[in-house]
Amino acid sequence: MAKAATARKTVPPAKKGRKVDRPQLALFEDAARKAGPGKGAPAKAKPAPRADAAKTPAVKAPAAKAPAAKEPPGKPAARPEGKPEGPRVTAESLAQKQREISVSEFFVKNRHLLGFDNPSKALLTTIKEAVDNSLDACEEAGLLPELHVEVHDLALEAKKGNAELTKGEGRFVVVVQDNGPGIVKTQVPKIFGKLLYGSKFHRLKQARGQQGIGISAAAMYGQLTTGKPIRVTSRVGKGKAAHVFDIQLDTRKNEPVVTHDETLPQWHQEHGTRVELEIVANWQQGQRFVNRYVEHTALANPHAAIHYTRPVGAAQRANADRPGNETLTFPRATTELPKEAVEIRPHPHGVELGALMLMAQESKSHDVRGFLHTAFSRVSAQSADEILARVPWAKKTVRPREVGAHRAMAEELHKAIADTRLMSPPTNCLSPIGDELMRKGLVSFLNVIESEGEGGDENAQLDLDSAGMKPARKAGKSAAGKRPAEPSAQPSIPDAPPEDGVEKIKGHNYFIATVTRSPKVYRGNPFQVEVGLAYGGSWPADKTIELFRFANRVPLLFQRGACGITDAVVRTDWRNYLLSQPKGSLPVGPMALLVHIASVWVPFTSESKEAVAHYPDITKEIQLAAQECGRKLATFIRKRKAADYQAQRRSIFELYIEEVAAAIGKITGRKPGPIKREFLQVAHKVTAAEMKEEQKAMELEAREARQRAKARSAAEEA
Amino acid sequence: MSARPDASAKRTGPRERGGIPSRRAKDAIARKTTAKIEKLAESVLKTVAGGKNPFLDIPVRSLANVSWSEKRRLVELGNQRQKRYFFNVSMAKKFMQTFLVSEACKELIESGKTTSIRDLYYVAKHTIGDTRQNTFEEQDESDPIIEDLEVTLDALREELHLFAARKGSMVGPITITDSGDTIDLRRMGSGGWAVPSIVEANVINFRRHEARYVLLIEKDAVWTRFNEDKYWKRNQCIIVQGGGQPPRGVRRLVHRLHHELELPVYVLVDNDPWGFYIYSVMKQGSINLAYESMRMAVPDARFVGLSSFDKDKYEIPSNVSIKMDDGDNNRAKQMLAYPWFKKAQWQREIQEMVRSGQKFELEALSRRGISFITEEYLPKKLKDRDWLE
Repeated sequence: MAKAATARKTVPPAKKGRKVDRPQLALFEDAARKAGPGKGAPAKAKPAPRADAAKTPAVKAPAAKAPAAKEPPGKPAARPEGKPEGPRVTAESLAQKQREISVSEFFVKNRHLLGFDNPSKALLTTIKEAVDNSLDACEEAGLLPELHVEVHDLALEAKKGNAELTKGEGRFVVVVQDNGPGIVKTQVPKIFGKLLYGSKFHRLKQARGQQGIGISAAAMYGQLTTGKPIRVTSRVGKGKAAHVFDIQLDTRKNEPVVTHDETLPQWHQEHGTRVELEIVANWQQGQRFVNRYVEHTALANPHAAIHYTRPVGAAQRANADRPGNETLTFPRATTELPKEAVEIRPHPHGVELGALMLMAQESKSHDVRGFLHTAFSRVSAQSADEILARVPWAKKTVRPREVGAHRAMAEELHKAIADTRLMSPPTNCLSPIGDELMRKGLVSFLNVIESEGEGGDENAQLDLDSAGMKPARKAGKSAAGKRPAEPSAQPSIPDAPPEDGVEKIKGHNYFIATVTRSPKVYRGNPFQVEVGLAYGGSWPADKTIELFRFANRVPLLFQRGACGITDAVVRTDWRNYLLSQPKGSLPVGPMALLVHIASVWVPFTSESKEAVAHYPDITKEIQLAAQECGRKLATFIRKRKAADYQAQRRSIFELYIEEVAAAIGKITGRKPGPIKREFLQVAHKVTAAEMKEEQKAMELEAREARQRAKARSAAEEA
Repeated sequence: MSARPDASAKRTGPRERGGIPSRRAKDAIARKTTAKIEKLAESVLKTVAGGKNPFLDIPVRSLANVSWSEKRRLVELGNQRQKRYFFNVSMAKKFMQTFLVSEACKELIESGKTTSIRDLYYVAKHTIGDTRQNTFEEQDESDPIIEDLEVTLDALREELHLFAARKGSMVGPITITDSGDTIDLRRMGSGGWAVPSIVEANVINFRRHEARYVLLIEKDAVWTRFNEDKYWKRNQCIIVQGGGQPPRGVRRLVHRLHHELELPVYVLVDNDPWGFYIYSVMKQGSINLAYESMRMAVPDARFVGLSSFDKDKYEIPSNVSIKMDDGDNNRAKQMLAYPWFKKAQWQREIQEMVRSGQKFELEALSRRGISFITEEYLPKKLKDRDWLE
């Protein structure tokens, strides 16, 4: 699991990472110290509440002790006499109620911020958080992910699968298992039982997880709705024992409570982590999101194999492997791991004043020059001098701590940084999907979609039958163009050679184009945009296109309208690329568009990570990528239109030649055979010549369209 | 004209039976026509052998290529020609159809048979290959192809051994021979003699007559009134009707009566744009068949009614009028622009129709009495020389 990364890192690799980890929030530091030395978390957790009671009064304590006027039992008695005298509340009485609020308490009340608004969404969020962590962990450890995602309908399985799916809310068990590096025993409780505990927040590195809230929030949700703890099984390697923990959250203190701790002598995996949660969920409503999430995750992670087990009612038993559920397999489309994302230091242009002060305070450098040089990326000794040349107090040696303490000084330094030209942050830290893998991902994704059957909506999502899933790999190879053409449904062009960029998937031709932009920077954070599209096939031609949004390979399923990606796609003028587009909305046409943003810090609009914020730098990049893809699409559409036209006219001519030859043969008393041959010869000559002419016209048209588009985007920028 | 024939039209057309004297002449014509068809096919073969896109060079039969000759008072076909290429998606089918029709005509000519244009449509119609496409979908497709072939080969329809639907009837003080049979048009009962589609001298010949003029009536019902009232007997004239726009046979016959027997022609039609146009076609020919104007039009034909001003002159109440609709108004406007309607009197006539917004059928005169038209209206018109030219 992702959070395991920290734990794992303590053993061999990069020490830089740890350094950055240091300046933690007090909250974490505290917790870490308390949990650290203790041998068993359970023993520690129990006495904790009592010991803390004095410092941060628990809810019960003040109720009993405080004589304050506001206490419900005291109030009625005090009121009649005390009414005119003095203020109703004193600063002192208020002070007794003022207390620290733990993050977990906050999120219990505001769980919608984390994506647990309702049982159907909670189901998805739970799976999502666990899967994100698993994939992150596997990638960091350099392992090809092999994931098991399971959803169990408890009521259904209790009846041995001879019942229907639970309608509406019910109890479900979510299991996510990976073959990642595993988690060190001592870290397990905190990772799963404490909000805002993680390895990814304090570093700049492209990863799926960011804050360290997700999985513990899911555990908290499960605990709130079913009372059951989260169960974590983990093993760090061969020769090590696997451990099973049941972990609960003390929400008042944001501390884990281990209720069960067992060492397993045997576990079926050498290394990996398995998370089991019992939650109240709504499969009926939530399944389409879950299905979609799994499909899209497979799409954006072609290097991962995913085994997806989901509940099936008696009605759909045909496909079920065993009573109550069925397993679908998304095979991996490549065995190549994505390029490792590298951790980077922050770029000075992306740092805000407060952050700069904080960093300066914590710096161990002797002077500001050294501080700038070590804490930031792209600040060479020379450019540090350049920055300092703009600062009035630079003459004497100033300790970074001083800058951290003095607002005025920090402000001057901040301004100097902004005024200095610096190299853009290193972009090798990003790990995009890449053109080729995006194409492979799309092909194998389309294979799954194609086997879903018609409809494409809620119901059709149910029919993702396992039968259609397995040939996906074979079809992936066919992308290379080797598989003999299946008897297709359109006999009109019998032996048309496969066109450039066209993939034949289950008898449908899809045009696939992908664009990976070079990395760019927003607010000092490097990011990279990728766009892929699949056009044609069995997508409906009269509906809005399908837009698949991804951030760091995580599918974004909600808040489409609020997302910067959507905005950028809408603002692209797709009419230039021969799609129709109603004003102010997504284009209409038989197409799916995939947009992926990879960044060390994807700016989400909320903690539930459902939409990307509208940064102009980002939206512009997306637009440019979409335009590039669009141009490829337009070329294809034009070519295909011309080809269709040619084929059509050729067949017309061939039909008529037969007739004309027969008639002329009768009139002139000759045999129609030779006449026909002569006509056919001319036919080839004429159509070839015309085709050349049309090609020229088309190229001209395309060039004009490009120029128009360029002019328009130039105008927009201005 | 290309209107669809009724069942009666399917009878075998006029045969060579009576044309014994002209048989040799006919053979010569037939040979000439088949040679023309063969030449057309050979020219296409030559082009194809040369590796070029084969084409047919067809005179344009549209308003753009039609002019009005002031001198001859005829609508004449211009010199514009259009190339119909085979390797052109929009022309390929028509190119093919032209040769299907040519082939069918050649066969007709060689076997010495004549057939209706509807019959030809069926002869040439078949399904292409294993598609659902037919060589011709409707007769509307084959009729213009025939006309194209006529102008391209410079051969008349009858020379292609084709005839149009039979329409129109005639009675009057005249004796004719039709395919060798002598017919007295004074003794044709109530139905009259049906005018065949081909009325050339090798089929129809005029014998004895005592007619003073020819009266062409637009519609059958009014013609029947004239026949029943024996108007033709009393007034010594030939009455002909063409069932609306007269077919080629009627027009050609009237043309021959006018030129060979020197009989003046009077035209009696409804007072509406359609009626006026019938008159104009009789007088100077049609746009579509401009290449035949010389053989069909009667520039001296006179219009005896119904005039737009007759409603006042003959006290026709307005309650028997019909309102002009948009189509009528548009047609009237088009006609105002035709050069052959530029005469002041015709402009007045059409403008009055548009102004009043009323049109009248000939039958409206029956409001004044069932035989008002034969006993008062027309005699008075002719006596007063109240006609338009």
